Amino acid sequence: MSFPTVDAPKRLQPCIVGVGETVYTKRGGHNDQSELELCLQAIRNAAADAGIEASEIDGYASFGFERHEPVMVQAALAAPRLRFSSLVWGGGGGGCSASVMLAATAVATGQCQYAVAYRSICQGQYERYGEYRARPMWGSYVAPFGLMSPAMMMALVYRRYLEESGMNADHLAELAVTIRGNAQKNPRAVMHGRSMTHDDYFAARMVADPFRLYDCCLETDGACAVLITSAELAEKLQRPAVPILGAAQASGERWTLGPMGSHNMPLDTYASINSRDVAAALYQQSGLAPSDIDVAQFYDAFTGLIPMALEDYGFCRRGETGAFIEAGEIRAGGRLPINTSGGLLSEAYLHGLNLVIEGVRQMRGESTAQVEGARHCLITSGGGGGHKSGLILGRR
Amino acid sequence: MPPYLPDTMPLPQPSRDDAPFWNACNEGRLLIRHCTDCKRFSHPPMPSCPHCASTRMDWKEVSGNGTVYTYAISHHPTHSALKGSGAYNVAVVLLDDADDVRLVSNVVDVALEDIRIGLRVSVYWDVVAGGRQLPRFKVRIESNQRKRGEL
Repeated sequence: MSFPTVDAPKRLQPCIVGVGETVYTKRGGHNDQSELELCLQAIRNAAADAGIEASEIDGYASFGFERHEPVMVQAALAAPRLRFSSLVWGGGGGGCSASVMLAATAVATGQCQYAVAYRSICQGQYERYGEYRARPMWGSYVAPFGLMSPAMMMALVYRRYLEESGMNADHLAELAVTIRGNAQKNPRAVMHGRSMTHDDYFAARMVADPFRLYDCCLETDGACAVLITSAELAEKLQRPAVPILGAAQASGERWTLGPMGSHNMPLDTYASINSRDVAAALYQQSGLAPSDIDVAQFYDAFTGLIPMALEDYGFCRRGETGAFIEAGEIRAGGRLPINTSGGLLSEAYLHGLNLVIEGVRQMRGESTAQVEGARHCLITSGGGGGHKSGLILGRR
Repeated sequence: MPPYLPDTMPLPQPSRDDAPFWNACNEGRLLIRHCTDCKRFSHPPMPSCPHCASTRMDWKEVSGNGTVYTYAISHHPTHSALKGSGAYNVAVVLLDDADDVRLVSNVVDVALEDIRIGLRVSVYWDVVAGGRQLPRFKVRIESNQRKRGEL
């Protein structure tokens, strides 16, 4: 449980040394380039950011739903060696931080030297995640009853959370407005230049009651990539290395597919994001506590995931979360500024890998909504699916 | 009475693991996976018990009574079959007599604004395409309410 900090040799400590993105567009905005082209562009950008040739990449990691296999990516990058290739189980974003963890594991154990974690999504070229898709596991228990979209799946959990927490729609509005506000500082964000008020939030249509339109993330096209290497190689590169202080994936007992499945999670963890075990592992690995986290990028496919994340990760206890949000603690200058790039709600929906990139920016001191003096950034991955993952990034 | 959702919705696809559940539905019986060792129910059906790992599993018929554990209202047609058919509820029903087993379903006779957590419901066999039956739910009128004429 102490990987990657305590038991790994210092010279092999995994660090993020490069990040790369394409331009992010609304769905359908990237029809001049294939999704694979965008995937490659993001990886080349990450290599250029680190100051290596893309062909030096010898490790590849991604997570469920990625369409572009490492052997294809390797060929397109004219990379002579592939020493590591792995995919995290599960659909959606639950495996996002875990893909970074795989890459980190690979470099920290000497399996490869430069490992890339990547995600490409063009909903304009392929399926739309908000529409019905046949589900191979347990679809019989949801689709005939009209439970077909992630918004409805999470709406069920959030309704129960509302009942147990006493929170209300104003809290979701505050989250959506805060995160949209962060996007106004970030020219890469798809919602840059489109500010939003509380009135705008409440004027939007109901999609999956209790979720309104702006509780739901964007449908966007683009790709992004994160390059990881060992501390000893990182020292020779041009950008400040961002050490990975904790990286974990976990799932609680009988959680199975969670809200994407039959909703038979244990009653005492139902109204959660199944991340209590991820949090425990991250804090144990890093030796840090919630009070040490200065900034967080929470997986915000839906606003309603955030209050549950604040609780699962130990920032609030149930019953206190509403007051924490009302007090502006998640805004700039608050106790825990969140989703400083605009997140999945207002920057782009890359199943969470763009949140990892924003975490790197915060640790480099380069965010468009920089938290001054921030030393530790938490990144969480996953909302409605099965298992979840997370990262804690630090500063050298 | 027409089915709660259009007839062109996806149907259950029974597998080797869960065919007895769906076959029983077609007979109007709610059959839940039950462990002969730890005596607990679980759902959806699996080859072994998620509570104690026993492989000695059987099935038990339950009453079909339950309460709404949570619900959501869909305003957006996520499937072509739903276009034009309007908003509908999806409810997670906690069964009264099957430990913590819940069914994702719909309450067919409640107005969208009247559904709530804790609503007492009982199973209603909704006949869909091909004469197959889905376990949906109706609001349960308690027998003591009946006696007091509170229908």
